[in-house]
Amino acid sequence: MLIKQLYNMFTSNTKEDLAQMLAEIGVKSFDELLPVPQVLLKGNINLPSALNEQELTAEVKKIAAKNKPLVNFAGGGMQEHFVPAAVNALSTRGEFLTAYTPYQAEASQGTLQAIYEYQSCICALFDMDISNASHYDGATALAEACLAATHLKNNKTILYTKALQPNYAEVLKTYFKNAEVKLKEVPLNTDGTTDLKQLETLLKNGAAAFILQTPNYFGCLESAEEISSLVHTNNALLIANVNPTSLGILQTPGSYDADFAVAEGQGLGNALNYGGPTLGIFTCKKQFVRNMSGRLCGMAKDKDGKRAFVLTLQAREQHIRRERASSNICSNQALCALNATIYLTLLGPEGLKEVALKNLENAHYLQTELCKYDGFALKYKAPFYNEFVVTTKVPAAKLIKAAAKKGFLAGIALAKNELLLCSTEVNTKTQIDALVNVLKEVK
Amino acid sequence: MYNQENCKFAATHEWAYIENGVATVGISDHAQHEISDIVFVELPKVGTKVEQGKSCCVIESVKSASDIYAPVSGEIIEVNQAAADNPSIVNQAPHGDGWLFKIKISNQDEVKNLLSFDAYKATL
Amino acid sequence: MTNAYPHNVLSIEKSVKGRRGVRVCTTSCKAENILPSKYLRKTGINLPELSEFDTVRHFTNLSRLNFCLDTHFYPLGSCTMKYNPKSYDVLSALDNFTSLHPSLPEANAQGTLQIIYELDNMLAKITGLSAFTLQPSAGAHGEFCGALIARAYHASRKDKARTQIIVPDTAHGTNPATAAMAGCEVVNIKSAQNGKVDLAELQKALSEKTALVMLTIPNTVGLFEEDILQIADMVHKAGALLYMDGANLNALIGLVKPADMGVDIMHINLHKTLATPHGGGGPGAGAVGVRQGLEDFLPNPRVICKDGKYSFAKKSKLSIGKMKSFYGNIAILIRAYCYLKQLDGEALKDIAKNAIINANYVRVKLKEYFPAFFDTKCMHECVLTIDKTKMPTVKTLDIAKNLLDKGFHAPTIYFPLIVPEALMIEPTETENKQVLDNFIEALKEIYNKALHTPDALHDAPMNCPVKRIDEVSAAREPNLRWTK
Repeated sequence: MLIKQLYNMFTSNTKEDLAQMLAEIGVKSFDELLPVPQVLLKGNINLPSALNEQELTAEVKKIAAKNKPLVNFAGGGMQEHFVPAAVNALSTRGEFLTAYTPYQAEASQGTLQAIYEYQSCICALFDMDISNASHYDGATALAEACLAATHLKNNKTILYTKALQPNYAEVLKTYFKNAEVKLKEVPLNTDGTTDLKQLETLLKNGAAAFILQTPNYFGCLESAEEISSLVHTNNALLIANVNPTSLGILQTPGSYDADFAVAEGQGLGNALNYGGPTLGIFTCKKQFVRNMSGRLCGMAKDKDGKRAFVLTLQAREQHIRRERASSNICSNQALCALNATIYLTLLGPEGLKEVALKNLENAHYLQTELCKYDGFALKYKAPFYNEFVVTTKVPAAKLIKAAAKKGFLAGIALAKNELLLCSTEVNTKTQIDALVNVLKEVK
Repeated sequence: MYNQENCKFAATHEWAYIENGVATVGISDHAQHEISDIVFVELPKVGTKVEQGKSCCVIESVKSASDIYAPVSGEIIEVNQAAADNPSIVNQAPHGDGWLFKIKISNQDEVKNLLSFDAYKATL
Repeated sequence: MTNAYPHNVLSIEKSVKGRRGVRVCTTSCKAENILPSKYLRKTGINLPELSEFDTVRHFTNLSRLNFCLDTHFYPLGSCTMKYNPKSYDVLSALDNFTSLHPSLPEANAQGTLQIIYELDNMLAKITGLSAFTLQPSAGAHGEFCGALIARAYHASRKDKARTQIIVPDTAHGTNPATAAMAGCEVVNIKSAQNGKVDLAELQKALSEKTALVMLTIPNTVGLFEEDILQIADMVHKAGALLYMDGANLNALIGLVKPADMGVDIMHINLHKTLATPHGGGGPGAGAVGVRQGLEDFLPNPRVICKDGKYSFAKKSKLSIGKMKSFYGNIAILIRAYCYLKQLDGEALKDIAKNAIINANYVRVKLKEYFPAFFDTKCMHECVLTIDKTKMPTVKTLDIAKNLLDKGFHAPTIYFPLIVPEALMIEPTETENKQVLDNFIEALKEIYNKALHTPDALHDAPMNCPVKRIDEVSAAREPNLRWTK
């Protein structure tokens, strides 16, 4: 019978195996073995008939065909970057893909060394002392940094720039709703950057930390050094949320003395996937290592003195500290972190710099070309990297709709007449010109 | 200096050497043995007010995190930075160089809640 | 391993200045022509400089140092290491899935939205619950989401005094840690002698302050809570909600619907029960389901379907908010969707049945060697222990490391905490009797060694890439990255 063959794909005991096993266990039937009250056993769940692999493949391809990807000019927290073929070819090897968390270190040296190399690459890129093995995404990494800051400063107020990615602010609100953490927004100047005067006033009222984002949600680069000294003078901690690819050319969180730096790391070797899986990069200064949550891998020696890798500082974590742990997290985005590690290793310092420069070049080309036309103007004066806001005469939603018809995702509508655009190294000059042509024609 | 005989003990495995209203506190030899290799000592801050029987710092091994309870109430007036810098001394000399902190005792009456070494030994 | 490098050489140590790997793009752009210098990076980036070929070899060789499901039996209790079908990897990697930006108009993402919508419905069907969110990234993330839903529910009823979460001592460490993150006080209750919930202890702990009772069903010692209906009744009478940690759902899938047991909120680890790969520690997915009446508290945004068109619903005002920047780990959700499409009611039941028979078979066959701590019928996993009277110097850790030498991944060890020297074995339904017989044989050999030459056990592993690791020094003087 077809169905029988199907579910044998997942259970490989034969009828004879099962009979023998039940006999060894000393029961006559499975029902006799099952310690579940009869009242709870209600018969089969009504699911549609099962698909075989060919049918499944056809079905899922049909569903996939309903997706209509567009040429990307949208950022806002997720950016499309080119992923070299070697990244997935290596990370989807069964040895990486189907391994569990490396608790048995001697049988997991591959995963462990890769995590150590991930931590090292991220520290090098961010100029920070410590990186953990990763969090769920940028927003949750930020939430964990805020928790650490409130404990360190024994103060429950967190300030954040109004130019923080709005979904991040929402995640923070969700995380802290019951934790008595007060979130206060710091307004912006007209040039799109954080208002330092307002920041100073709020800092003087007392705060554990300020969350800076640079490039910020509107693409603007913040004066990180000035902000850092202002924050530190007022005895608060600086948490920086950054774009990791931008660090190929932009100043590093370490260089402006950030205490914690977090990021969405998807852009390093991971596809967009409609928003996930993601990679929460989490870094901090050395002195905060015991206050940070999440997994860490350390270099060690085996009993012959040979180099080995092992998960370390685990006594901070939930399986030991239970309700006193700094977080309940007990996983990392190991595969996404592996993708990032392979990506950074493949590109090297020069390759990464080239990618960052190409982003800078493409975004500025797009902005210059588009703003040549009436009805489009750069909204903020502050310098930008690969995202920027334009004010539009035609409503932004209408522009996006028109561009979608021609095969382009023309950014994100921030307000009725404001468009957040992004261009990365994946866009060609031809595509940029074509997008400008489409947008300028919309009336 | 302190030794097992001239110290008082809490049932939670801390010892206190009491002199001039100050308790020097550490963990018992039995406790260091149970915890095994100590990798991290998180000392309280000087100036912290502590309460008898309440957790005031944590000692970590590779696979455990153990609370250290204040044997008497009072204020932390000194901590043993050497124990934080080199946690292995708590294993090597729990009654000597591996002491943890000193408390200025706020309520001398509480001392009588503590056990003699023999009485403590009997609880093990 | 024969190779140009020993296996533990770091990529940075293979680096040669000026060597280049993949060229992604070319540009003559100069940053200083566009941006003021104060914004620019002043230092070099200490990343390895390798060729593409060097990189491929480096990571391929690293991969060969791992045990994984594709190569080894992996009986990790509580982790449900079942086979991860290959077709799902291929299908989830289709360009039309991977290249979608989350800001894409809904009309352009109909396929992915359909998968989210249908998976939500399929999970609801299997559990008997009303609706699911697929946003959480992991089981622990799902627990946190569930605890927030419980708090939002009580708050919506102006029942603000409910700030306690009751957790039995057999619980995963994430349960109490979750409760603390949700701003709740944790009330731990001691299990009964038989390893199950002690009803008297539970009754004592329940009060008008209880927000939630978190139970793993079957529990972490692999036992089914036969009093579950009574437990649910007690919890509900006290005005609290019942949360099911679904880490062990594999034992019940297709057999028992959690909603029928009185569960109000639960999470499902898709990377366990629904066969998505663990990836060396993640990404997973921790879908959270709720019973009727709690749907409005789920995270925003939810996917709805109207006239065959999928879209995001209007934000619910009661919602707890957002657990994550976007909509969840889509590439994982697609795989879970594929898995359920390959199952019908009979096949689902067959999963639980084989998982339970496999675990009991291991338990019974090893009875004389490593006895079960609770000597009774188990569900999908059994928790064994060491008879210290026979082998006083042997530790569970020794057993685990000796198994590695024999080509088996170790079971979960030293958990749950109430079992001394615990060995928690979960074979899963995708293994068969022949594999289990080999595993049982290996454990019998280790048992004999433990009886006759116990000291020799401490040397293991000998056949792995490294020997036992000095974790004490690693923790005392942490080396967490390479330096210049």
